[in-house]
Amino acid sequence: MTIAKPALRIEDRRFLTGQGRYVDDIALPRQCHAAMVLSPHAHADIVSIDTSEAEAMPGVLAVLTGHDVAADGLGSVPPFFMPELWGGPPGYATMRPLLVMDRVRFVGERVAMVIAETADQARSAADAVMVDYAERPAVVDAQAALDPKAPVLWEDCPTGNRSVTLKFGDAEQTAKAFEAAHVVVQRRFVSGRVAPFSLEPRGCIGDYNAGEDHYTLHTSSQDPHGFRRILASLVLNIPEASLRVISPDVGGGFGLKAHMHPEDGLVLWASRRVGRPVKWIATRSEAMQTDTQGRGQTAHAEMALDAAGRILGLRVRAYHNLGAYFWGTATPPLFFSMQLLPGTYVIPAVNLETNAVFTNIAPLSVYRGAGRPEAAFVIERLMDEAASTLRLDPREIRARNYVSPEQMPYANGAGLTYDSGDFPRLANECAELADWDGFAARRVASERAGRLRGRSITSYIEVAGVMNERMEIRFDPSGTLTILAGTHSHGQGHATVFSQLVSEWLSIDMKDIRYVQGDTDKVLIGRGTFAARSSMLGGTALRKAADDLILKASKMAAVLLKVEESDIEFADGLFRTRNSNQTISLKEVARFFYLPAGPVMRFSLGLYGEGTSAGKPGAQPNFPNGCQVCEVEVTPETGEIHIDRFICVDDVGRALNPMICEGQIHGGCAQGIGQALCEEMVYDESGQLTTGSLMDYCLPRAEHMPFIQSKLIEIPSATNVLGVKGIGESGTIGTPAAIVNAILDAVRPLGVTDLQMPVTAGRLWDAIHSAASQRDEMKGRQS
Amino acid sequence: MNLEGSFFVPRPRAQVWALINDPEVLRQAIPGCQTLEAVDDGYTATVTVSIGPVKAKFSGRVQLLDVQAPESYRIAGEGNGGIAGFAKGGANVRLQEQDDGTMVHYAVDASVGGKLAQLGGRLIESTSRKLSQQFFDRISDIATAA
Repeated sequence: MTIAKPALRIEDRRFLTGQGRYVDDIALPRQCHAAMVLSPHAHADIVSIDTSEAEAMPGVLAVLTGHDVAADGLGSVPPFFMPELWGGPPGYATMRPLLVMDRVRFVGERVAMVIAETADQARSAADAVMVDYAERPAVVDAQAALDPKAPVLWEDCPTGNRSVTLKFGDAEQTAKAFEAAHVVVQRRFVSGRVAPFSLEPRGCIGDYNAGEDHYTLHTSSQDPHGFRRILASLVLNIPEASLRVISPDVGGGFGLKAHMHPEDGLVLWASRRVGRPVKWIATRSEAMQTDTQGRGQTAHAEMALDAAGRILGLRVRAYHNLGAYFWGTATPPLFFSMQLLPGTYVIPAVNLETNAVFTNIAPLSVYRGAGRPEAAFVIERLMDEAASTLRLDPREIRARNYVSPEQMPYANGAGLTYDSGDFPRLANECAELADWDGFAARRVASERAGRLRGRSITSYIEVAGVMNERMEIRFDPSGTLTILAGTHSHGQGHATVFSQLVSEWLSIDMKDIRYVQGDTDKVLIGRGTFAARSSMLGGTALRKAADDLILKASKMAAVLLKVEESDIEFADGLFRTRNSNQTISLKEVARFFYLPAGPVMRFSLGLYGEGTSAGKPGAQPNFPNGCQVCEVEVTPETGEIHIDRFICVDDVGRALNPMICEGQIHGGCAQGIGQALCEEMVYDESGQLTTGSLMDYCLPRAEHMPFIQSKLIEIPSATNVLGVKGIGESGTIGTPAAIVNAILDAVRPLGVTDLQMPVTAGRLWDAIHSAASQRDEMKGRQS
Repeated sequence: MNLEGSFFVPRPRAQVWALINDPEVLRQAIPGCQTLEAVDDGYTATVTVSIGPVKAKFSGRVQLLDVQAPESYRIAGEGNGGIAGFAKGGANVRLQEQDDGTMVHYAVDASVGGKLAQLGGRLIESTSRKLSQQFFDRISDIATAA
């Protein structure tokens, strides 16, 4: 038995000994290097581009501009999909060229590309490309961009800077709920833009083979087949068979690498132009300007409750900052940030709306969590505000509102139907692990030490399992086998988990299983990995592939054992006949599929199994969920915040590898802590990125990390045969709300009633002091 | 970045006005200025500036706008530092006659873009302040010495 065991990760030996192979580790013969010329303006017309000086510089092979892109007929790229595909209204979709020709719309937009012998030569020559810009006014804030006087980004968008508005729920019913309310709490919540920040920056190598008129792209990708489709059919206008996409080891994706970027197309095209492989690796500061970003939502939210603290209705109007393009997978965060707003609670009436708005900043796309953290932040912050207003314990008000297990499957009123879950149980287990009742004593101890202690209990719910998937298992003649995965691991440990599954199902030793992913010439089709989809969709497809393989092998086993196929059973790696004790192992049967003659001629040559699975839309996703208890200490004199306790109880469905589940939770929490306490991409009003380096963009460090106590609860999902629920994003979802609520609980006695993320020490200090001066003012007036 | 200030020069206003319209004085006063040549509507300049890890040579234009001789003008410049980004800014300068000399009032605004802006507000602002201060200190020195 290997499933459910905390098997050590097969891939870690390679990674930890420096034997990983990332794009930058690949050096192709005769390769040359690309550097990009980026727009320093947020909004400007390109008057002229002078490449003459750059072209004359040492080592320079070519300088290419948007005019060359157009002249060579390279296609522009639409969004991966628009909300219409998921049942939303049409909206305005942008078409993004690989290099812009006439107008830049954000700082970091690619204007020209230099190809040179070395990366340094390419960068130096890129410095010498002279671009003459005529500046236009810029707008960076989504709500400001909706002002009729705001600069317009896309003149042919019929709705100004608004691409699309999504609405969920029932406005009339919600209005009635608010009329009947005993109390209404309202707040404005900002989930600012954050950088996905993969440890390995984006990078790619384009390699055009003129002899075969065939392209190969090595790229740091979460979804090689998705890259191939867009690059072949939309950009290069070639059959997909003429492009091979290889995604080697990938050092973190977090959504950033779920969709192609302009450089992926540019290096392929440049390779054809110069007749050599062309490599491009982002510098860190280039990545910070050009990468897509996550979150970027401002929500005006209000909740109606009765006197007993039961929720009657929820009304949210939100604004998503799309940036300059509707790019990549920007659609899912729009949906999930709305559809998961009811969270784990029964809310009889909801009226939810988000507006996706163009501005002059870098494009929005998915980032680990993709809309779910925004939703959890709004609902969980409101719950604490309601508790405070009604003078209820935050645990008690939640207990009064949880969807109960008896209500499953539960339609949440925003278009999602939860299949399973026991939210009250998770909350109780989490509170118990956190020693909820011991808080009062700990608070007194903190106060004695001059610090304020606060706590929170928050729940989150996630929707996991988008799109279909395919997995394949192949035996080789010597009896070992290979998993060919349509999913794509870039830190998730798939080589281990999928091998565990196959090992148990087929009774093949883990060491005899090889795992292959990320090569469109090896893997027939796949969707890659994002949105916590792989355990359900990869796992289910793999189960079906194993069943398919067993079925094929059992026909051969029947021939070899000279019985009817219906008399064959498979268990523990052996085929046996029902009426005798004859057996033959799967490995032995597999060998017969590879013999040059014999019974194999009745079947296909070679033994393999294939399986597919279906996800959202069209099939039911799964709903991972959890509860977190957080305790913080605040030093009021400095605003310093210390996370003292952090307990996560997660319902992961069936845990395939508990160690990897917990690792995913830890990583997600780290990113949630980053968003809560320090991370934010800030643009000034002219559209300049002012947090463009690690001097100003604060990633969480070891000092920010608490000890995370994690417990897995296994309530099987009803929507897939394995009973699994996703885990990849969970930590990011509830964490920001858990931390901000705990900080507010600590400082509420000082009169602080709201805090926006990131809650830095400086911001908290300001809030404490402005509350104090308000208090003094009140006192002054009274006396 | 915005910066305001004033300084006193013990020289008559007409003399100060002549100085701040003299290309050679401007060249000496603009920090890092290597060349300053008069063209039709102002000057072309090359200026080398170091901000944090970025050292860039800017080529750009300096213009004198809203000239109200001998009382006030706006000196405005913008430069392109290649991939380092761009910088632009200006100063409104006003000369106030006093009994024993001239009071020079100035209000500076500056902004940067591209890689320079990526260095972050704190570094940019402190550098801009320093450079602006240097400019007016030198004007003051030159005027006083004249």
